[in-house]
Amino acid sequence: MKIGLFIPCYVNQLYPNAAIATLELLQKLGADVSYPSKQTCCGQPMANSGYEHLTQSCNDLFIENFSGFDYVVAPSASCVLHIKDHLHSHADEKAAAAIRGKIYELVEFLTDVLKIEKLDACFPHKVGLHQSCHGLRGLHLAQMSELVAPDFSKPKQLLNMVKGLEITELDRVDECCGFGGLFCIAEEAVSVKMGKDRITDHTKHGAEYITSPDLSCLMHMEGILQRNNSKVKIIHIAEILNCSSIKA
Amino acid sequence: MKGTQDHAALAEAFNKDEDRVDWHDGALWWIRQKRDRSANQTPQWEELREAASAIKSNVISNLHDYLLQFEANLKRNGVKVYWAADAEEHNQIIHKILSEKNINQMVKSKSMLTEECHLNEYLAERGIDVINSDLGEYIQQIDNEPPSHIVLPCIHKKKEEIGELFHEHLGTEKGLSDPTLLTRVARKHLRNVFMTRRAALTGVNFAVAETGEYVVCTNEGNADMGAHLCEVQIASMGLEKIIPERKHLGVFLRLLARSAIGQPITIYSSHFRKPRPGQEMHLVLVDKGRSALLARPDFRDSLKCIKCGGCMNTCPVYRKSGGLSYHNTISGPIGAILAPNLDMKKHADLPFASTLCGSCSNVCPVKIPIHDQLYKWRQVIVKEGYSASRKTFSMKAMALTLSSPEIYKTAGKTGRWILNHAPFAINNKFNPWYKQREMPDSPKQSFGEWYAKNGSKS
Repeated sequence: MKIGLFIPCYVNQLYPNAAIATLELLQKLGADVSYPSKQTCCGQPMANSGYEHLTQSCNDLFIENFSGFDYVVAPSASCVLHIKDHLHSHADEKAAAAIRGKIYELVEFLTDVLKIEKLDACFPHKVGLHQSCHGLRGLHLAQMSELVAPDFSKPKQLLNMVKGLEITELDRVDECCGFGGLFCIAEEAVSVKMGKDRITDHTKHGAEYITSPDLSCLMHMEGILQRNNSKVKIIHIAEILNCSSIKA
Repeated sequence: MKGTQDHAALAEAFNKDEDRVDWHDGALWWIRQKRDRSANQTPQWEELREAASAIKSNVISNLHDYLLQFEANLKRNGVKVYWAADAEEHNQIIHKILSEKNINQMVKSKSMLTEECHLNEYLAERGIDVINSDLGEYIQQIDNEPPSHIVLPCIHKKKEEIGELFHEHLGTEKGLSDPTLLTRVARKHLRNVFMTRRAALTGVNFAVAETGEYVVCTNEGNADMGAHLCEVQIASMGLEKIIPERKHLGVFLRLLARSAIGQPITIYSSHFRKPRPGQEMHLVLVDKGRSALLARPDFRDSLKCIKCGGCMNTCPVYRKSGGLSYHNTISGPIGAILAPNLDMKKHADLPFASTLCGSCSNVCPVKIPIHDQLYKWRQVIVKEGYSASRKTFSMKAMALTLSSPEIYKTAGKTGRWILNHAPFAINNKFNPWYKQREMPDSPKQSFGEWYAKNGSKS
């Protein structure tokens, strides 16, 4: 089983440790992972801004990089959802469709494909889980609070395997953080207010860390936390699941 | 009016008063929670949503036939029927009905459509006085402001502000803000309005093609009061309000009030069918962009909307920006997908006033994929040329960078170098990110660079 590691552009540039943790974690679990070095981005920043028609060369590059793998795995729910929903090709739609069907966000890859039941991980901290909207309502990583349906949560399923970790509560279990891609710039005031309110929900329940399968939400909240000199930190879920000693 | 500002600017102004934002957000979240409790107590909630969506799909696909069936049954029941292509035609029809009877005062209840058509202003210019009898709409009317929410028109106003308005317009004691006392004053005032108006206009929640009856849902009973006391009863409805059969009300009435405010059903679900002796009934079927929407396959599902307002209550952007920031009669997520169909240039900003979180689509009782439509409207708006040219320029630059691994690597390196060595180039007031957020820490090397050195070893 050959796995192509897709590391989204901003994770590659700004959060390499989350990417390293993803790679190490998959290798620890016995997966044959490699990173195609010519990858760039899924094209979502353009598409969500209304410029999906400019993403064809991005799409073609993505297909070229990842066609040869059995699975594509990425530590970012939002980018994975974008590929699943919008990766198309004029030249080779069959190849595009194949990738749409074999791309997985890291958490769902661990629970649904590798079906792991235990982890050798330790993270003795109080952790608040931020459900990224694209992971939640797009990839169905957990049950959505609006629906009348049985509860489940793939991220929690994994976090519960981590020694010492305590998941803190939230008043609003799956409210959006307000990042929203270019929304965070175009609608700065509302975006920041949404982020502040998410953070308050986590901190008032005692979270020391806020984690998520999406770094974009975390990057936005980190910016607000740091501006306010908060002690609360953000951490990608891969870094927690890969944490074998008390180094955090 | 704040006519020229876009959603972002109006929302920023709303956010100047953070306590008010918290209060507004909390009030609407409380309603969302009531909706959740109510949905969870309803057996087969998700199946009901599915059924409602399917019934409306059938309506949209066969609208022509259902409308003719409805019209024939209305006529059989003795109701006069009119067809209006747009707001102007609608307003002319209403004006003609009233002036033929020498009526110069009318009472109106809960009709978003006539708000969209600016009927009150049209009739006022022609010497006809209209009073909105729904309490929230009445408050908005005396404040000369459009509704900020389709179900809760003055949800953005605090009770003290309403007290102040009543003091100014109805002569209540200064400082009176007790909701019960204020409601009593309004009730007394409106009671007199009901007793003296010869004409009453209502909106329509559901129009039953099979029987030619229409159903109006209110909590205040104001539609009934108006209709029962008047000699000329008028209803205005958008073409999409049709349902095929009366039994389908069993689906929609169970969903409407629960989705709107978490109430099992509205206090009044009034069926109007035939004029009583001596009374006239008129019904105006209004297109106003509906058939154009029907012609847009990507967007026609928005015609399923039953105007519950659930998407507004759940939308974090709506809750934290206020309905008036949408500068459109119908605000919130549903407004943002309906408005571009009517005037794309004027409403080009609205589909971007969303994080695409998807909560709206999940609460929608007729399962309109609202956030998917927001995404699709963005594509249409850009293609039709309604986005800023500097945005197009930066998007093209981004597309070029991201389609070339070499340029991307250089750009990433440069970006990180700037963050490390010249942060002042980014951390300044021209960068909206930096206004209330720190920039991310910039690592020495990207993952790609790390992998090139260590990848084979790991």
